[in-house]
Amino acid sequence: MSNQAVVTEQISTNAALAHSDVAETHHHSHEHHEQHFITKYIFSQDHKVIAKQFLITGIIWAIIGSLFSVFFRLQLGFPDNTFPVLEQFLGHWAKGGKLSPEFYYALVTMHGTILVFFVLTAGLSGTFANLLIPLQVGARDMASPFMNMLSYWFFFLASVLMIVSLFVETGPASGGWTTYPPLSALKEASLGSGVGMDLWLAGMAMFVVSSLLGGLNYISTVLNMRTKGMTMTRMPLTVWALLFTAVLGVLSFPVLFSGVVLLIFDRNFGTSFYLSEIFINGHALPNIGGSAILYQHLFWFLGHPEVYIIMLPGMGMASEVLSNNSRKPIFGYFAMIISMVGIALLAFVVWAHHMFVTGMSPFLGSVFVLLTLLIAVPSAVKVFNWLTTIWRGNLRLNVQMCFALGFVSLFISGGLTGLFLGNSALDIHLHDTYFVVAHFHIVMGVSAFFGMFAGVYHWFPKMFGRFMNSTLGYIHFFLTLIGAYLIFWPMHYEGIAGMPRRYYDISAWESFKQFQPINGFISIVTIVVFFAQLLFVFNFFFSIFRGRRMLVKNPWGAPSLEWTTPIHPGHGNWEGEIPEVYRWPYDYRDDGNGNDFIAQTAPLKAGEESH
Amino acid sequence: MSGFIIVLLVALIFVILYQIGKSSEYASIIHGSEVAARKTNRTIASLLVLFFILGLIGIWQCNEYFVGKLLPIAACKTGQDYDNMFTVTLMVTGIVFVATQTVLFWFTFQYQSSEKRKTAFFFSHDNRLELIWTTIPAIAMTILVVIGLKNWFTVTAPAPDNAMVVEIVGKQFNWIVRYPGKDNELGVRDFRKIDEANNILGLDWKDPHNMDDVITQGELHLVVNKPVKLLIGSRDVIHDVGLPHFRIKMDAVPGISTTLSFTPTITTDSMKALTGNPNFVYEIACDQLCGRGHYSMRGTIVVETQQQYDAWMSKQPSYYASNNPATPAPATQVPGGNSEGKSESEKQEGKSTLVKY
Repeated sequence: MSNQAVVTEQISTNAALAHSDVAETHHHSHEHHEQHFITKYIFSQDHKVIAKQFLITGIIWAIIGSLFSVFFRLQLGFPDNTFPVLEQFLGHWAKGGKLSPEFYYALVTMHGTILVFFVLTAGLSGTFANLLIPLQVGARDMASPFMNMLSYWFFFLASVLMIVSLFVETGPASGGWTTYPPLSALKEASLGSGVGMDLWLAGMAMFVVSSLLGGLNYISTVLNMRTKGMTMTRMPLTVWALLFTAVLGVLSFPVLFSGVVLLIFDRNFGTSFYLSEIFINGHALPNIGGSAILYQHLFWFLGHPEVYIIMLPGMGMASEVLSNNSRKPIFGYFAMIISMVGIALLAFVVWAHHMFVTGMSPFLGSVFVLLTLLIAVPSAVKVFNWLTTIWRGNLRLNVQMCFALGFVSLFISGGLTGLFLGNSALDIHLHDTYFVVAHFHIVMGVSAFFGMFAGVYHWFPKMFGRFMNSTLGYIHFFLTLIGAYLIFWPMHYEGIAGMPRRYYDISAWESFKQFQPINGFISIVTIVVFFAQLLFVFNFFFSIFRGRRMLVKNPWGAPSLEWTTPIHPGHGNWEGEIPEVYRWPYDYRDDGNGNDFIAQTAPLKAGEESH
Repeated sequence: MSGFIIVLLVALIFVILYQIGKSSEYASIIHGSEVAARKTNRTIASLLVLFFILGLIGIWQCNEYFVGKLLPIAACKTGQDYDNMFTVTLMVTGIVFVATQTVLFWFTFQYQSSEKRKTAFFFSHDNRLELIWTTIPAIAMTILVVIGLKNWFTVTAPAPDNAMVVEIVGKQFNWIVRYPGKDNELGVRDFRKIDEANNILGLDWKDPHNMDDVITQGELHLVVNKPVKLLIGSRDVIHDVGLPHFRIKMDAVPGISTTLSFTPTITTDSMKALTGNPNFVYEIACDQLCGRGHYSMRGTIVVETQQQYDAWMSKQPSYYASNNPATPAPATQVPGGNSEGKSESEKQEGKSTLVKY
């Protein structure tokens, strides 16, 4: 298909009409359903289709990423056993059914990269920013549908590069998802620092491009394309959260990009940005004067905002789902926005708390301690507001509500351990131990996933016109919640005992070898939880085709705009005029007609306030 | 074949579960969705409360399980401060944890939609409440920051003048330790002078301070109650000197020198008695991913009395002497660290000369 056809897809369903009147044919496109498969589902410029593309690509990545964790958990839990199934999957990387250390580290690295970037960034905000921003602010599409399409295809390109890196001779990148040089810069330092690392860097560069194209689009859509009456303070918290997510991404991803580019130069063009005084593989390198720590500053200047890029969409969706299923307005709407502003601002000035033990000045460290613990305040405000939201509500415990409640529970558990790690005096022992692994998996791994699941179960009917099966949903929820705590709770203790993360085998360590049985237990739970996620995947795809049909426009009784669109909205979202908005999106009051909510599109009655 | 059967079995379970789910959907249509939803509400709310109670019991069980498996008492003063601060932080966070989780699950159960409860209480904001729960966490954070910074500046304070200075340098995948020798001065070194055969740290033989420096691998000897300042470096990639028994760690970065100072207060022998573990050993764990042998980059520390240390040191030849062809190298150069770790690093070195990228 030619480029021109891509461009004109939105304008026309038919190449012959491409040159006719633009306005008229645009009108066509959301009434006709005769678009070619390629323009409708592949190179689509419809934000709803792009959202599904992000989601399904994200799901595929999530399966790959979590399967990797099952593989390396087998090694961690049962280092003395062999698993022939590993050899079937991984070939010579697991000769005789035992992972090689190199490939163990490659799996750990790719697990982190995939889950952090490809699932919880692209798969999460790519999906929901695309789906919800135009629908909830009342826009026909994104500010630039074409850029939006490019955003997905750059993500796809990044995905292809990462997938290819899994199949190269020396294996994918294996220096950890943070890929600190010199380990990642020197081909002599590890097998994974060969071609696999070049592909990783190229993939990440493409990923940054995708993220920027998407983020700029989200911001301009929110700022410019809101429907009549949709003031900023009448936007749902999901849109606020996705807006801050996009702002964080746009301001911090370029810094990662620069870090990546400098690393490409150090690897291939003889520069010394990160390299100095290195003797490796029997010879001294000529590089002098670089700083390995510089990379860490550049990386974490993205890396820490990245944590909030992952968390904020979940926070927004949990707020929406909690309010909707409590049949109560979100408590403290403005406090929620202000706390998100606080989190977004502070996110930029805490990055060095990942670097307390790099030898940085203790004074500088103390500044970062102060700023880091400050973040706990807006986070606590959010938690208390969520708790007050469900207080005296009329709770519908459907699947998305369960996930939203689970989100709050996990956010508390994982957030509190952040108070240990953000305090440098405690981090100096806990740094890079299993305590860190437990902390971030609970708070930005599982908790963010719970926010995402809440969103998927809640907006699935909007995406596909059908419901997901709730029995399977409940089983998925309980197995995941119990499993997550069983996996990560014991890891805190291992971390308190100083057990370092990223150890392939602990049997030689007098201080840590007593944890082998508990590692085995964790691995077994991991396998169970992995299958519970497959249950979700099965439910998701099966329900697209066979799920219970959505028969009414607004099945959850929500006041926000997306539920005023037709059951199967075309490209353009609303037939006829875009509705006007008169009130805020959490007006859960008796409307006088037996409903317990008032839609945003309902005009104000005399004496009523919009808030 | 067995793999195929497992896949088939999993698929079958999914389909059965899906059919059960489907039938519950039909049942809800027959009985009326509102009644069915209430029934589901009751079940789910009860299960969530059950999860909460079992969770608390599980946490207690988990504590019981780990008692005695964690680290022994900290082997230095700052480490004991560390443990106290950890306890304080644990109490603060523990109270918040139990309180908020209790409220979360209690509200979930209490305010589930039911026959009795058909409407929600409209309550959209309250500035007084927001102020309260902004202030309280802010105060709690201030307390934690104050304790933290006090300890932070103590643990990162420069070493006292009487501290013994030892250099520890990481390489893939072992630790090289250098003692200053009789002149108590470490000579200069240059990474370009490194020779795997006879100058593993690149000591500059033009510097007289180097002539009496003693180098060992994988094992660090310290004197009890004597402050020590570790000069930390790396030959190749970033490593990290992790000392769990002293509750500290510091990165080893090529091209940048970092330091760590502390005063060990318990000898290895006392710790063996204290823990009742005759195999007890202070370990140096590499805490920064450094390549395939990262997990085997294990060093040990022997904390001993001054007499024991002096006796040990007197048996160590200077690195120059042991590598000078005029005097044959004694066999005591590589004290027994961990055999696994060494074999790992040796394997890697043997291999890396063969592999060409």
